[in-house]
Amino acid sequence: MPTNNGAAKVPNEITVSAAVSLKDAFIEIGQLYETRTGIHVNFNFAASGILQKQIEQAAPVDVFASAGERQMDELANKNLIFTDTRRDFAGNTLVLILPRSQATTQELQWFERLAQSPVRKIAIGNPQTVPAGFYARQTLVNLNLWDKVQQKLVLAEDVRQVLDYVARAEVDAGFVYVTDIAPTNQAVFVAAPAPETTHDSILYPIAVVKDSRHAEAALGFIALVLSPEGQAVLKKYGFISVLFGEG
Amino acid sequence: MIWSAFKVSLLVVSVATIITSVLGLALAFVLARREFRGRELLDAVLTMPLVLPPTVTGYYLIVLLGRRGLLGAPLYAWTGWTITFTWQAAALAATVVALPLMIKAARAAIESVEPKYELASFTLGKGELETFLRVTLPLARRGVVAGIVLSAARALGEFGATLMLAGNIPGKTQTMPLAIYEAVISGEDRRAQTLAVALTLVSVAAVYLTNKLSRAKSAQAA
Repeated sequence: MPTNNGAAKVPNEITVSAAVSLKDAFIEIGQLYETRTGIHVNFNFAASGILQKQIEQAAPVDVFASAGERQMDELANKNLIFTDTRRDFAGNTLVLILPRSQATTQELQWFERLAQSPVRKIAIGNPQTVPAGFYARQTLVNLNLWDKVQQKLVLAEDVRQVLDYVARAEVDAGFVYVTDIAPTNQAVFVAAPAPETTHDSILYPIAVVKDSRHAEAALGFIALVLSPEGQAVLKKYGFISVLFGEG
Repeated sequence: MIWSAFKVSLLVVSVATIITSVLGLALAFVLARREFRGRELLDAVLTMPLVLPPTVTGYYLIVLLGRRGLLGAPLYAWTGWTITFTWQAAALAATVVALPLMIKAARAAIESVEPKYELASFTLGKGELETFLRVTLPLARRGVVAGIVLSAARALGEFGATLMLAGNIPGKTQTMPLAIYEAVISGEDRRAQTLAVALTLVSVAAVYLTNKLSRAKSAQAA
């Protein structure tokens, strides 16, 4: 727990470093927070790995919201976050997507089809750097498909790239989070969610950064994210609420 | 949001270009006209940001200047201020990445000036600074202007080092390239396209105008 410094005054603003995939939901929660407290929220949106590096170099960040547990674990190991403020605040669903043009309704064995010859290329995020790619590999391994599809894999640097390859039909299938697909996206077709038992739970952790000079205000922001209102906003953008269970 | 990114970019590019021009010219002169040990090593070190991926340059900068950095820690202890996540950080990142282009172009231009003109000036009793400003610089002008244009263009497009050191904070450190990155990655294709077209138009206009201006001046001088 950050020490409650009685002399600390209420700050004018706090800085929240958040994974860029959380952007829309967090901007909305940030506005709620500002209305409630009068404290302005500066958002710093980038890939979780970059945000982690910045915090390691003591960038002036109050709250870190990561798209992967790994980045948060590494900061915890270096004693750079208040571990007792750490919470998983949202979940996500990994889905198999196809180009809209190749969508057929009669075929249901989507995952088995990946190993067959009509599917020549499959895009996933680089499992080393992209959390969604890491979970995609777990799913393919657990379905005993990894060895069969490995030659077909195209590794992308972020989920957006996977989405683009599929939308342009450069590849025959891809794995992304359900929240990455805009409701207006007509170019891709969601075939099926990856079975939950085939990969680790996809959870987004949040915590107060040790270097924060506004730990109280930072804690207030996290409380709002975890509150029913914050969770409702996240749910609206397709994330799984940690309060209401599956969403 | 587009407007605020434009304003941040304008500020960052202006500051970076002024620093790059003055500092780059001074360094180019030293490299072109001074013999000293480690001269080519200095040139090589200053050229590194041209070769390194900008994210790596940004990482070096944040390791050096962050609150726990080699230079950043004493600065923070002394002033309570850190450059990380400020517009000054964006200007610095742009400067470091753009500087090699200025140095390369200006050094070549200064080296192409016949030393006999400078010698003549010295014989007439003029000092080194006056000789540089009134003889060397006018003769090297086209290369120098090219260096300024190239480095300003590079500063405008700078992304990787800026993201690392300055962060991506709308209204504060979010330059146009960062706004494009954010729009693309969050699937706002419309906004990404608008921003990309705006950035392209601004760059083409800037380079075109400067070229024209420098040609006109050169023609005048000839």
